[in-house]
Amino acid sequence: MSIKGKAYIAGIYEHPTRHAPDKSLAQLHAEVAKGALDDAGLTHADVDGYFCAGDSPGLWSMVDYMGLKPRHVDSTETGGCSYIIHLGHAAQAIAAGKCSVALITLAGKPRTSVMPPRGFGAEMDFELAYGATTHNAYAMCAMRHMHDYGTTSEQLAWIKVAASHHAQYNEHAMLRDVVTVEDVLNSPMISDPLHRMDCCVVSDGGGALIVTTAEIAKSLKKPLVRLIGHGEAMKGPRGGKDLELTYSAGVWSGPRAFEEAGITPKDIKYASIYDSFTITVLMQLEDIGFCKKGEGGKFVADGNLISGVGKLPFNTDGGGLCSNHPVNRGGMTKILEAVRQLRGEAHPKVQVPNCDLAIAHGTGGLLGVRHAASTAILERV
Amino acid sequence: MSQDTKTEAKKYPTPQGNPESQPFWDAAKDGKFMIKRCKACGEAHYFPRSICPLCFSDDTVWEESAGEGEIYTFSLMRKSATGPYAIGWVTLKEGPSLQTNFVDCDLKALKIGQKVKVVFKPTDGAPLPFFTPV
Repeated sequence: MSIKGKAYIAGIYEHPTRHAPDKSLAQLHAEVAKGALDDAGLTHADVDGYFCAGDSPGLWSMVDYMGLKPRHVDSTETGGCSYIIHLGHAAQAIAAGKCSVALITLAGKPRTSVMPPRGFGAEMDFELAYGATTHNAYAMCAMRHMHDYGTTSEQLAWIKVAASHHAQYNEHAMLRDVVTVEDVLNSPMISDPLHRMDCCVVSDGGGALIVTTAEIAKSLKKPLVRLIGHGEAMKGPRGGKDLELTYSAGVWSGPRAFEEAGITPKDIKYASIYDSFTITVLMQLEDIGFCKKGEGGKFVADGNLISGVGKLPFNTDGGGLCSNHPVNRGGMTKILEAVRQLRGEAHPKVQVPNCDLAIAHGTGGLLGVRHAASTAILERV
Repeated sequence: MSQDTKTEAKKYPTPQGNPESQPFWDAAKDGKFMIKRCKACGEAHYFPRSICPLCFSDDTVWEESAGEGEIYTFSLMRKSATGPYAIGWVTLKEGPSLQTNFVDCDLKALKIGQKVKVVFKPTDGAPLPFFTPV
């Protein structure tokens, strides 16, 4: 059994805010839910499936706050890629008849209030003291990638440069100035070898999706966008024997999604790739098959990710590096921009012509420690 | 070497311990760095578990590690509330890799492949293992 073509993304919404001191967390979740339902042309009474992750005030709380009556719920928590996983799980539930209108929300305010500390499991006593943060955990991957493959800071910088070229057209983006490779290299070193401009922004905000059946999607007014392939995977050091930090769990989630979709990376017209850091993009592009392992540096250089310039337009909203990174989780916004591209609703300056196949891929957790990955392949019908 | 002072002054969290890991912390108090080895598949692993994460056998035994290895990767965190620190992964001679900080050294001179050895640093409870260049 496959979920290929069984579920359609009928509604999308990205909160325009990047700083929301005047709003509550539950309110932000409800606002993005309302935005996505309005976009789809549905109401909250139509929702019979609800999906949220660790950024929400809680499944019980949000279901009650929004007055939902779901017959299917899922609170899978895999950090920033939770929402890409939710999309796949929503498709499974829809294919199995467990729900027909699934709502997925993400929202939060890391700029306004302190984020709760990262959770630990059995590894706590053996890792807590060493101060792994997102910055240094991704930096450790970059350091080893450079060592093994000769990847350079200049090559990583091209990823930020490409994102900035796109962000200049996004009126909501936090950073709209076009930057150069030199700008990135001259920005302060945060955690070797990552500079400040190798890092994404911290923003309040959120986003939501409505996933539904073919029948309901066809009764609505939006262009038809459906999920044709999905993969998820997890990776950790496994007792210290599988510590290979130059690749992510994308090496498993990517091929699973492409196999289900029956296409290859060459068929993809637009790619949303989670960009918590520049190295995140480079490793994931290799892992899901856009280039060979170790050749990501060459692949991203010289504007190859810039829409209208390079071969693989990526993150045309400016991504996490320039536009926003609500709740320090980039998976939702990756899906949103992929849907805009497939609908032809991206900014005209970055819209990919005849965009009929797109990918949204992300990781969650700490790439240099333990993490999840998820891949969604979307098609305009 | 100014980073050293800050590293030394750092207050590390006290290991909480649990029935499964207590032998590790008891040994640490005696200056011994322990790993687990699986008698079924022969592989060593870290952090220690009662069931082998590689073959899922419960026939695992404690073993004192030589505490020697090499740097697999690292990053120098330039700023933090307690000053700069170097986090990394060390691959032990016995095979498994572990997360750690590098201490008692010039943090800017660290290199992948560099030989390192374990050193214990005090907490309010059992001491914690760190690594320093040989």
